[in-house]
Amino acid sequence: MSSLVQSTIEKYGKDATRLMDIITDIKKELGVLGKGEFTEIADQLGLSSVEVEQTYSFYHFFSTDSRAKYNIYLNDSLVSEMMGRHEIAEAFEKSTGTKFGSISSDGLFSLHNTSCIGMNDQEPAAIINGTIFPRITTYRVRELIQQFRAGKEVEDMVNSFGGGKNQSDLIKSMVTNNLNRRGAVIFSNYEPATTLNKLKDLKPEQVIDEVKNSNLRGRGGAGFPTGLKWDFCTKSPGEVRYLLCNADEGEPGTFKDRVILTEIPHLLFEGMIVGGYAISAKEGILYLRMEYDYLKDYLNAILDDFRKAGWLGKNACGIEGFNYDIRIQMGAGAYVCGEESALIESSEGKRGEPRNRPPFPVQVGYLNKPTVVNNVETLCSVVKIIEKGADWYKAMGTKETAGTKLLSISGDVKYPGVFEIEWGMSIDEMLEMAGATNVKAVQVGGPSGRLIGQNEFHRTICYEDLPTGGAMIVIGEHRKILDVVKNFTDFFIEESCGSCAPCRYLTVILRNKLQKIIDGKGVTKDLDDLVMWGEQMKKANRCGLGQTAANPVLTSIENFRSEYETRIEKGKDFDTKFDLNKAIQNSSRYVGRFPQA
Amino acid sequence: MNDQVKFTIDGKQCTAEKNTNLVEAAKMNGIYIPTLCHLEGVKPAGSCRICNVKINGRFMTACTTLVVDGMVIESNTNEIQELRKIIIETLFVSGNHFCPACEKSGNCELQAMGYKYQMMVPRFPYEFEEKEVDAKTTKLYIDRNRCILCKRCVRSIKSKDGKSIFAIKGRGHKAVINIDHKLANQMTDEEAMHAMETCPVGSILRKERGYVDPIGSRKFDHKPIGSEIEETVTVK
Amino acid sequence: MSKPIVATTSLAGCFGCHMSILDIDERILQLIELVDFNKSPVDDIKEFTTMCDIGLIEGGCCNSENVHVLKDFRKNCKILVSVGECAIMGGLPALRNNIPIEECLHEAYLNGPSTKDANPDKILPNNEELPIILDKVYPCHEIVKIDYYLPGCPPRADLIWNALVALVTGDELKLPYEVVKFD
Ligand SMILES: Cc1cc2nc3c(=O)[nH]c(=O)nc-3n(C[C@H](O)[C@H](O)[C@H](O)COP(=O)(O)O)c2cc1C
Ligand code: SF4
Ligand code: SF4
Ligand code: SF4
Ligand code: FES
Repeated sequence: MSSLVQSTIEKYGKDATRLMDIITDIKKELGVLGKGEFTEIADQLGLSSVEVEQTYSFYHFFSTDSRAKYNIYLNDSLVSEMMGRHEIAEAFEKSTGTKFGSISSDGLFSLHNTSCIGMNDQEPAAIINGTIFPRITTYRVRELIQQFRAGKEVEDMVNSFGGGKNQSDLIKSMVTNNLNRRGAVIFSNYEPATTLNKLKDLKPEQVIDEVKNSNLRGRGGAGFPTGLKWDFCTKSPGEVRYLLCNADEGEPGTFKDRVILTEIPHLLFEGMIVGGYAISAKEGILYLRMEYDYLKDYLNAILDDFRKAGWLGKNACGIEGFNYDIRIQMGAGAYVCGEESALIESSEGKRGEPRNRPPFPVQVGYLNKPTVVNNVETLCSVVKIIEKGADWYKAMGTKETAGTKLLSISGDVKYPGVFEIEWGMSIDEMLEMAGATNVKAVQVGGPSGRLIGQNEFHRTICYEDLPTGGAMIVIGEHRKILDVVKNFTDFFIEESCGSCAPCRYLTVILRNKLQKIIDGKGVTKDLDDLVMWGEQMKKANRCGLGQTAANPVLTSIENFRSEYETRIEKGKDFDTKFDLNKAIQNSSRYVGRFPQA
Repeated sequence: MNDQVKFTIDGKQCTAEKNTNLVEAAKMNGIYIPTLCHLEGVKPAGSCRICNVKINGRFMTACTTLVVDGMVIESNTNEIQELRKIIIETLFVSGNHFCPACEKSGNCELQAMGYKYQMMVPRFPYEFEEKEVDAKTTKLYIDRNRCILCKRCVRSIKSKDGKSIFAIKGRGHKAVINIDHKLANQMTDEEAMHAMETCPVGSILRKERGYVDPIGSRKFDHKPIGSEIEETVTVK
Repeated sequence: MSKPIVATTSLAGCFGCHMSILDIDERILQLIELVDFNKSPVDDIKEFTTMCDIGLIEGGCCNSENVHVLKDFRKNCKILVSVGECAIMGGLPALRNNIPIEECLHEAYLNGPSTKDANPDKILPNNEELPIILDKVYPCHEIVKIDYYLPGCPPRADLIWNALVALVTGDELKLPYEVVKFD
């Protein structure tokens, strides 16, 4: 038994539900886990070795080999591509002498692609040994690699600090906030603990009622009424309940939670306490995506401050019998873990596969107890609602959508960043606000949302019209829509948990067909096929990922059909481009014959 | 009879005990809802999606649904049949299914679905992705070319102390079935046979056993899968 | 009215599908009443002498010659039918499809049990006369447009018969459960 595995497992109390943390810690030391470690861990936790590997192999940051001294994960989101990812990737390959997906022969560098890391406002960006390197240029690539070769540590290469709390001792990151517009709720004047001090005068039911009255709807994308969710949870049988805060922020194009976590984590933790109090939770868990690992020490330090101030722990906030603490659960690179039931599975140390519903998490959630899962922004809003009242809150926004919304705007805009707006702003206004001109399309709500064209720019952002979790990717006139669609479809293929047959493979079929059209081999029927098959995805799959995975294809065909049609020869019903020469190339070479047709 | 609930499937009046699994409830009423990952008595996976039906207008998987009073269920509509057909075809091309050479042929549930839904035209391209065969255990071999990741084995085949002998490795379209060599080597002959029978396709195979039933006497040679359900109605 | 003309060929197949055509037993006499054959191993006509109505293709494409023949069939037949698993999805020959061609040739000619000692000069067949092998076995419909598919390995004689009759007479094709099989 290696002492590393042993001590790590003991650190987490031999608790199999902490498998994520156990693997994270061991992986940090070893860079890769193999059969030996799986068996050791399995024996200690009472699992089979394949069960351990089952969790390990699910997560991107576990399953990629990071045994190099410098492990480079380069974002491959659409906006990264738009901002020149291709040249950066080439530069990395050239200067490290290795290809993506492998480790250089000298063992110094490993290169990996990775899905959106929440830095769309400062792309191309990469994570190197956990440190974020935003706004990378080819010059910077060469410099980094040269310096690393000369023995510099990753920390030595952090040569500037982003604004605000990014400069604080526990973060020290080059990430910038780009908080371009403050608003009335989230990024407004904030006096810590104002709401916490009010809590002891309120009964949990009163808190829930106030939230209900505010008409607050979840900010994670689905828009479920928050007060109602809390109510359901408290009405589910059982003494023990949990509150999970969803900081997985994996939808490409979203980064607003990052800015909250950096600038006003106090507000968030206050929200987690208010929510925990409202549903009488035993514990709160902040599920933080691995990409934001650079914020972990800072957040933990703030939690310590909270404990010292008596806001967490026994009789928290001075409320007799309210014993409540918050821990941070790290993810490990899986977009689907943002889906609430997958988030729960992952927090239990398992693969992040969404559960079948019913039962819903409010009935059977974390460790099978009633559980509320809320987005970061949702919980922040709650604090202000309790502080200033439901009426104050409801007065903002539209008739059916109360309050404000954080938008993460990126792409072809002058001022990418976070904007807090009142619900009801039109896309036209939004584009003007962010300084965008000559816009061809806007991806509303990230890849799982809708790709809209100019004819819809008059529409307003709110649940009655254009609902969104806040990701707004602006696509300029000069871009090709099919490249956009391809990037998004690849994203879903990469991130599908693989449980549902259609999500696992129909996505691949769609992507291949798309590629066929991009390659000029499309036929007229291909468009109908794409629509027909894409429609099945909506019906067939278990969770939102699979149900929306065809949205890029479907909404782009709906709104940008001509971009497809120009790549398809009119009236062509069969592609005759089978290339015999190519098909015989290898065998000709091998037997020593010149290509013949 | 208090716990009996009424519901309809494609307009047909049905009754069953409240909270019966919809697949079973339909079966008791002589209606076959096709399934691949469902295994009676085992926690449903809801992974193959073939049992999709429309309940009160919404798509839901029957195997993960319990019947309640008044449910209006559609199953045998063109829309749903087309969806099922597409799923079956997807499963065929996501693996490498060379039926003529497969030990399970004739007894395979995926193939039987192909027959039932008249899979005649190859509309999806075959990619022929490489899948590894694992023959390292003493009694079983795993042919991943044929695995449809239904997780029947994952959910139901356990060691004496309750550990999973099978598990998934990887995610998305790269996910494969994985077998614990140590635990598998401790399986008895009966357990190994049972594992093979649990697998709906020819992915888990008992070594030294194959092509035992001659063509003509295999499970699905003469009648479509599910026909035994539609012929025998047990509830009036 | 002249009889419809049928052509058949076996590409990367085992002639099993052709055997199955013959397996229609005494109905073969009816078949001769119903259609004429042109290019086909059945009557040993080697080249097309006229435009045909129906082309039956057995086997997928594993080498350059298969591709030429298939394209020739497409040119000379109004309707093309993929007969059998090999034509439809590559069939057993396609078992090699995820193995690099180099490895396949190596195994077949240099290192296989029957060639290991029999090929001391390590020769890979390479006469200009010989067709050259493709990187993988292609289903027919990836090379030319195919109109109909008859699954099976081989397709049951009844399936072939029913389908042919339906094609020739224009009657609706009714397929009993037992005739459509993938093995
Ligand atoms: C594939 C997928 C990914 C998701 N990712 C996130 C996420 O990163 N953050 C989030 O808050 N909600 C995400 N959601 C929505 C959650 O399932 C859930 O609705 C939300 O966390 C509930 O919080 P709210 O009610 O406060 O919005 C995701 C949903 C799906 C289907
Ligand atoms: S829809 Fe996709 S991501 Fe969601 S559960 Fe199914 S396979 Fe997993
Ligand atoms: S598992 Fe079933 S479908 Fe797959 S090859 Fe075998 S018989 Fe055919
Ligand atoms: S091996 Fe068989 S039982 Fe197991 S997941 Fe694959 S198809 Fe299902
Ligand atoms: S049988 Fe219901 S999803 Fe597979």
